[in-house]
Amino acid sequence: MATTEDRVVDASEVAAEVSRGNLLTEEMVLNVGPQHPATHGVFRLLATLDGEVLVNADPVIGYMHRGYEKLVEARDYRQITNLVSRMDWLSGINNELPLALALETLMEIEVPARAQYMRVAMCEMNRILNHLMFFASFGAELGAITPTFYAFREREDIQMAMEMTTGGRMHFGFFRPGGLKEDAPKGFFQQALKGVRQVIERLPDYENLLIGNEIFKQRTVNVGILPQDVAYSYGVSGPIARGSDISFDVRKDEPYSSYDHFDFNVHSAPNGDCFDRFWVLLHEVVESAKIVEQAIEGMPDGPIMGKVPRVVQAPKGEVYVRTENPLGELGMYLVSDGDRRPYRLKIRTPSYSNVSALPYVLKNTYVSDMIAILGSFFFVLGDIDR
Amino acid sequence: MSGVVDLIGAVALIGLIKVVVVFVALLLTAALVTYMERKVIADMQARVGPNRWGPFGLLQAIADGIKLFFKEDFRPAAADRWTYAIAPAAAMVPSFLAIAVVPLGDHVTVGDRRVDFVIADINIGILYFLAMGSLGVYGVVLAGWASGSKYPLLGGVRSTAQLISYEIALGLSLVPIAMVAGSLSLSDIVAAQAGTVGNVTFFDGIPVLEQLQDIFSIVPNWYIWSQWPAFAIFFVAGIAETNRAPFDLPEAETELIAGYHTEYSGIRFAMFYLGEYIHVVVLSAVAVSLFFGGWHGPGLGILPWLWPLLWFLAKTLVVVYLIIWLRATLPRLRYDRLMWLGWKRLIPAALLWIVVTATVNTEGVSRNIRLAVFVVLAGLILAWVGRGDPRLAFAVNPQSGDDRGSA
Repeated sequence: MATTEDRVVDASEVAAEVSRGNLLTEEMVLNVGPQHPATHGVFRLLATLDGEVLVNADPVIGYMHRGYEKLVEARDYRQITNLVSRMDWLSGINNELPLALALETLMEIEVPARAQYMRVAMCEMNRILNHLMFFASFGAELGAITPTFYAFREREDIQMAMEMTTGGRMHFGFFRPGGLKEDAPKGFFQQALKGVRQVIERLPDYENLLIGNEIFKQRTVNVGILPQDVAYSYGVSGPIARGSDISFDVRKDEPYSSYDHFDFNVHSAPNGDCFDRFWVLLHEVVESAKIVEQAIEGMPDGPIMGKVPRVVQAPKGEVYVRTENPLGELGMYLVSDGDRRPYRLKIRTPSYSNVSALPYVLKNTYVSDMIAILGSFFFVLGDIDR
Repeated sequence: MSGVVDLIGAVALIGLIKVVVVFVALLLTAALVTYMERKVIADMQARVGPNRWGPFGLLQAIADGIKLFFKEDFRPAAADRWTYAIAPAAAMVPSFLAIAVVPLGDHVTVGDRRVDFVIADINIGILYFLAMGSLGVYGVVLAGWASGSKYPLLGGVRSTAQLISYEIALGLSLVPIAMVAGSLSLSDIVAAQAGTVGNVTFFDGIPVLEQLQDIFSIVPNWYIWSQWPAFAIFFVAGIAETNRAPFDLPEAETELIAGYHTEYSGIRFAMFYLGEYIHVVVLSAVAVSLFFGGWHGPGLGILPWLWPLLWFLAKTLVVVYLIIWLRATLPRLRYDRLMWLGWKRLIPAALLWIVVTATVNTEGVSRNIRLAVFVVLAGLILAWVGRGDPRLAFAVNPQSGDDRGSA
């Protein structure tokens, strides 16, 4: 950690440096966060500044550590569903999916087609909610205040659909090992379709408003470049990796929960700068909306729950399941000793790996770029610290 | 009454009344503008905006003022005591002072005395306005330094750089106006814009356009028609000087928390806030006087002194609306981009425009040639300013160096 030490600067030393053509300047350590508008949470960045240039950046995490991996060892599987949904609070239902998948694999439960389609539809709606939230915050961080409110307006209809099904707006607790808690209520499909179609219809306008803006381009193009090899070496995933030309998406490459039934594209962009990351994020919204449409239109009839024993008790064994969370690859390594609670649940969260690349990207940038970079890394603090 | 007049003199009394009336009117306008900004932006963002206090939330500004007034006046331990206390006043007072040279309306005759609707019609009005604008930045810089905190310091430094970049362009953009009006007094400049453009013969001989050019006999004779490049430069530089979006770098909230006024609260914060809005109003008023004919406008027969005032207010609010609109639309510029725009685009463009204006206003140049040259050159200069940064094609960030650390 950098410390500021009082240094007595001799006037003759300054004069000598100036005459040699070097203006003697002092570096300043700026403590960005833990409470700072641009970090959306308790994220701290020790920034060493030379004027407006960031010489070094040292992210400090852990302010929100809640010990989920230990907590789940003391709770049974039904309770864990509600715990993991609180890790990445912007995409609660996506967090529940790998847990359900892991248990289903261990217990060898067949999930009915309707439940799988419902899961896909809800996960993708949640992805839209998450991405729109980052669309909103990224614009706001660059000083464009209006897109924020448009994004929230679009979120509302989808949020309503999720609410009428699960009863929650952030933490849904809806997926169960073997299927869903309940079937979709009356009106859910219409509401969801209305929401996603509105998003598809209006998104080009918002794209114009922000991406088409010259100032926005100046702030993001060629700023905060994350090269492909660096992205690989840090295990970066999700829209950030795809912004660095890594066309990897678990939904496409290792389909789970019937994702292979749907027709969608994986967008990636070549430059790895803030603009590309944001561009990928925005285009994923449209792809997700298309998946929701397909899932709802092709929704099969049937039960929403497979054959699950009365007591959810995973047999002895271990399994690793990974899914594509809105922010990247979410992996859960579940070890069971045959009890009603997991022996160990190791969670690999996307934000944690993604922010590890921050010091590399932040080196030698401007303070304003720091904001653009932090914003374009799309992290959720609960997901980093869990 | 006559006793008072005898005591301090009629001129001084009239001056005093003017100052008090304008001061109160300006305060009310600033309050109205804060309300207007919140309502307009709320409307643009599909929100409702303030609607709790008074009809349509009109008393919101007063409620805010009362709240801020009664808040704790907190001073950080590391702050420089006196500078910290003086800075808000140093930021606010010049904004108020600048309105003194702006003619707000026509004149009235009280008894045998002519009373102009301007506090001080000094013959260097434009220079006075520029001087007051520059003085206001001292408040920002001092606040940034005196707070004894890092974010305000960065805000103060940014403000200094911004002032140097834009003050020159702002001054240069007003030179062509002074040249065509032949005066630096705002009253003279407004007076020169009276009436209509008049008889245009530019399109004589061309069938349809010949008929259409008659429309110029009802178009007001504003400087905006011939001097719109100057207006564009003035407007951009003026917004930069008022620290408004997209040039609100000194108080960029997502970067520097609140920039130079991070450590300020209560009434001192309110002074910064008020100063900014007064500055916006005064800038709009000056823009109206210079480019949009000031208080000139058609009036009804009754109350002849009232209509110019209303016209002036209406025009000013339209310019204020433009500034608010920009804030709702544009993201914030980056620090180095701001410098680039100021030094490499606005200042050269302003200089070029001075040359163009000087050339075409030479004696003996016919009005038609003058018009043609104006239009073509103005278009070229604007296109050059707006063509963007060629460096965007290459790496523009300081990262282009190789010192990237190891992966």
